Amino acid sequence: MIAPITPPNALSVSNLDIWRGERCLCQSISFAVISGEALHLLGANGAGKTTLIRVLAGLGRADGGELCWRGQPLRESGAEYRASLAYLGHSSGVKLGLTPRENLTAAGALLAVPSATDATAALARVGLTQQADLPCSTLSMGQRRRAALARLLLVRVPVWFLDEPLTSLDRSGVGLLTGMLKEHLTVGGLAVFASHQPLDLEPFPVKTLLLGEVV
Amino acid sequence: MKPAALIQRDLLLAYRRRSELATPLIFFVMVTGLFPLALSPEPALLRTLAPGVVWVAALLAGLIGQESLFKSDYEDGSLEQLLLSPAPLEFVVLLRVFTHWLVTGLPLVILSPLMGLLLNYPAAAMGTLVVSLLLGTPILSFLGAVGAALTVGLRRSGMLLPILILPLAVPVLIFGASTAARAASGEPTAAPLYFLGAMLVLAVTLAPYAIAGGLRVSLES
Repeated sequence: MIAPITPPNALSVSNLDIWRGERCLCQSISFAVISGEALHLLGANGAGKTTLIRVLAGLGRADGGELCWRGQPLRESGAEYRASLAYLGHSSGVKLGLTPRENLTAAGALLAVPSATDATAALARVGLTQQADLPCSTLSMGQRRRAALARLLLVRVPVWFLDEPLTSLDRSGVGLLTGMLKEHLTVGGLAVFASHQPLDLEPFPVKTLLLGEVV
Repeated sequence: MKPAALIQRDLLLAYRRRSELATPLIFFVMVTGLFPLALSPEPALLRTLAPGVVWVAALLAGLIGQESLFKSDYEDGSLEQLLLSPAPLEFVVLLRVFTHWLVTGLPLVILSPLMGLLLNYPAAAMGTLVVSLLLGTPILSFLGAVGAALTVGLRRSGMLLPILILPLAVPVLIFGASTAARAASGEPTAAPLYFLGAMLVLAVTLAPYAIAGGLRVSLES
């Protein structure tokens, strides 16, 4: 038997089952996302988009099926996988007691490699130059979200997981995120995002996965 | 990863909410201070009670801040980021617990001679009391962190945490208080101190794995 060729940056999922309590959120779904592709998770509230993203990121547990990163099962490539992903969840991971700059420094301290961009440049990109040294508790929700987006710029990782990335972002914020995503896909990254609004990522292919169809 | 930057972050966060850190200290001072008033100011009695009172007060004061160790990180999503970072979680929690002890446990240790003085604890034995707390309070911090990691995802975990970890803390209390009591009566204290030291080594080496495991389980749902 010839082993299937796996592209260098590929996240593939086969026959994934996720149960939460008595409820089946997804049953034997299979898909693959490769370099330069984005996967858009769609579904009604409570359909399991967040749960699926958490499972894909390795935070949650799947009840069956296999997740592979670069052709290797996740169980075997734990630390390597974690070094190649960035996750922006519902709760953005921004400490309100710290300033955006201190938040970025703290995030950078956890990285395996020195950060590629310095905090000032990353904050300028997300439009927080003025607020860089104010406590995040004084910032608006949208500005806090931007502070979380700045974390994605710290280091170039191939996989982005974005759970409702558009929450509380204004129109220019949506433009910023779209620009960041396109840049990410251009350099060979891939992204999985859950959102109720479509994101215009032309010319990059956006696959969609509709959750909540299975009973 | 940069351990120094992680410690700096936790210290900075602690500094920004320093008024909260005073609560366990005030509790410690109040409990020890009330004993002479409630019992009797007789020096001989106080001297007998001092080791136990100081140790029990330190143990309970240490419990106050434990629940919040991972709570805010859980609520604002920082804990998810921590778990998903390539940095080894066991080492990161070791640093976290150490920093937590620096801002909650160490002040108790520093205050303890004052409380000993208040309870007529002999000045000559004061050094041993401080050493026993210096070895014992970090163990309590590590045990508390295991409980905090296991209960972080639960809504009403306030009472569960002490119930979970108090039985584990009892040996520390026994050896800690007996060290201080023996020192006060001039008996050798090497044996209980060695026991405390051994428990500290166990806590530092094993607890981080339990804490990391607890956090992973708590975030899995």
